[in-house]
Amino acid sequence: MGDATGGAGTVIELDGVEKVFEVRRRAGALRRTRHEVRAVDGISFSVPRGEVVGYIGPNGAGKSTTIKMLTGILNPSAGRIRIDGIDPTRERTRLARRIGVVFGQRTTLWWDLPLRDSYHLVRRMYRIEPARYARNLEACVELLDLGPLLDVPVRQLSLGQRMRGDIAAALLHDPEVLYLDEPTIGLDVVSKTKVRSFLREVNAERGTTVLLTTHDLTDIETLCRRVMVIDHGRLVYDGDLAGLHAVGESERTLVVDFARELPPVELPGARCVRSEGPRQWLAFPASASAAPLVAALADRFPLVDLSVREPAIEDVIARMYGAAEDRRSGA
Amino acid sequence: MGAFYAAVAVRGFRRYATYRMATAAGVFTNSVFGLIVSYSYIALWDQRPHLGGYTQAQALTYVWVGQALLMTMALMGGGFEDELMERIRSGDIAVDLYRPADLQAWWLSADLGRSAFHLLGRGVLPMVCGALVFDLALPSDAVTWLLFLVAVALGAVVSFAVRFLVALSAFWLLDGSGVTQVAWLAGLFFSGMLLPLTVFPGWLGVVARALPWAAMLQVPADVLLGRDSGPSAAGALAFQAGWAVVLLGAGRLLQTVAARRVVVQGG
Repeated sequence: MGDATGGAGTVIELDGVEKVFEVRRRAGALRRTRHEVRAVDGISFSVPRGEVVGYIGPNGAGKSTTIKMLTGILNPSAGRIRIDGIDPTRERTRLARRIGVVFGQRTTLWWDLPLRDSYHLVRRMYRIEPARYARNLEACVELLDLGPLLDVPVRQLSLGQRMRGDIAAALLHDPEVLYLDEPTIGLDVVSKTKVRSFLREVNAERGTTVLLTTHDLTDIETLCRRVMVIDHGRLVYDGDLAGLHAVGESERTLVVDFARELPPVELPGARCVRSEGPRQWLAFPASASAAPLVAALADRFPLVDLSVREPAIEDVIARMYGAAEDRRSGA
Repeated sequence: MGAFYAAVAVRGFRRYATYRMATAAGVFTNSVFGLIVSYSYIALWDQRPHLGGYTQAQALTYVWVGQALLMTMALMGGGFEDELMERIRSGDIAVDLYRPADLQAWWLSADLGRSAFHLLGRGVLPMVCGALVFDLALPSDAVTWLLFLVAVALGAVVSFAVRFLVALSAFWLLDGSGVTQVAWLAGLFFSGMLLPLTVFPGWLGVVARALPWAAMLQVPADVLLGRDSGPSAAGALAFQAGWAVVLLGAGRLLQTVAARRVVVQGG
C-alpha cells in the first residue's frame, strides 16, 4: 500500500487521494451553514497490469466517488492519480479511449436503438478500426450470447440482457482498464454466472486490468484475488481474500453431533454458540486449526459426526465495518 | 470524430422519421393553424396595410414560414432538452461525461438531425398547403432560397444553444419545468411566432429584433422575403452567427462548471 514507485507493471496508481465536497445547509431563513463532506479521505493504492481487484464497502463509503475520479469525471481535491501514466483530470478524453466503464445501474447504450446500432455508434465514438471492431464484436456476441439480441431495441431487453450488452459495449475498443460498478446488481443467478465467466475470460485472454465494486461477495470470491475494503472514505483493508478473515476476526463453526444430548461443552479456544438436542455449534477463530479441537472433542465425548463451516464473507465485512465504527466512537 | 457526430445526426434524423403517424398528424395541425393565423393576418392587414413594412402577401408568407419552422426550431419544445434534463436529474449524465466525446457537440449533432427531419417532414407540406390556398410572395431565384436554407441552419444552431443553456439549469434546479416554460414563452414571443417583430414599435421592437430568438424565425423569414438581400443578407446571417458563437460559448462555459456538480446528484 502507498507504493508510489510505480513502474512499468503498474496501471492504476493513487497517492493520498482526497475528495471533499462542500455542502450548504439552510440554518434559518437566510443563513446557510457550510460544512465539508470528505467522501474520499486519503486513499493510496496501486494495481499492477492484469490484476482483478475487488473494491468493496458499504453504501456511501466513497466507492463511486473513487471510480468517478479514476475516469476523470471528478477532480480530486488533493493527491495524485495516474492511469497508465495519464492524469485523468487533465487528459480525460485521451484516458477515455483506454478505459471501459460499466455502471450496473445505468446504461451506456442508446435506449431507442437496437444493440447493433448502439455498437456502431460506439465504434465511431472510439474510432475503432473495422477489422478490430468486427473481431471484438464477434467474440463478445459469442461469449455473452448476444446473437439473438443484436436487433432488439435496448429498451426491450431484460436487465440481464442489457447488462451483457453494456459489458460488450465497454470492451469493443480493447480498453486496458475496465471499471465495473456493481455489474451483477439485480441479475438472476444464470446471468450472474455468465457475466462472471466472461469477465474471467477477458482478464485471462487480454490481460485487462479490472477494478470491480460490488455488494455481491460471490463476485469477489470468483473473480478477485485481491480485495480492498473502503469505509468512510478510507482504505481499511488491502490484501487477499483469506487475509480478510484474519483482520475481520472471523470465526469458523464446528457443527458437532454427539451420541446423546449434552450440556454445552466447554473447550479452550472454542465456545458453544448454539445447541439443539444432541447437535452443538462451536465457534473458533478462523485463523486457528480445527484439528486439535476435533481431537479434544473425540477424546472426551461420544462423537457421531462433525463438519466445519466457513465464515460467510458478508459477516466478515459486517464485523469489520462494526469494528471501524467502534474505534471511531471510542476515539 | 467527425464521423461520430455525423452518425449521431443521422440517428437523430431517423429517430423522428420512424414516427410516421405523428408526422402526418403534425402536418395536419400545422396546416390548420396556418389557415387560422392566415385569416387573422388578412383581417389585420386589411385594416393596416403595410403593417411592419409587409404587404399582405408577404405577411401570409411569413405565417407559413412560421408554421414550417415551428418544429425545426423547436419553438414549442419537443427537442432534445427534456431528454438531457432527465439524464442530468437521474445522474445518467455521468455516463456521458466519461466518453471520449464532447457533450455539447454530441447533443448539437443529434438536435440538428432532428431539425433537418422536421424541416422536411413538418415544414415542406404545410408550406405547399399555404402556397396552394393563398398567393404567397415566394422568391423565384435559387440564391434567395439558398440563403434562406443557410439562415435556417444558423437559426437551428442558435435555437439549440439557447435550449442547451436551459437544459443545463437542471444541474442546479431539481425541477427545471419553470425555466423551460419561461424559455418557451420567451421563444414564442421573441422569435416572432405570434406576430412579426417588425410590427412592434419603438424600443420594444428594437430590443426584440436584437435578441437571439429573432434568429430563429424573423431573420430566416426576412431572408426568404428578400427584405434582407445582398449586403443586408450578409448582415442578417452574421447576426445569427454572432449569437450562435456567443451562446455556444456560454453553453461550453456552463458545461464545464456543471460537470463539477455531477457527483452531488446521483452518487
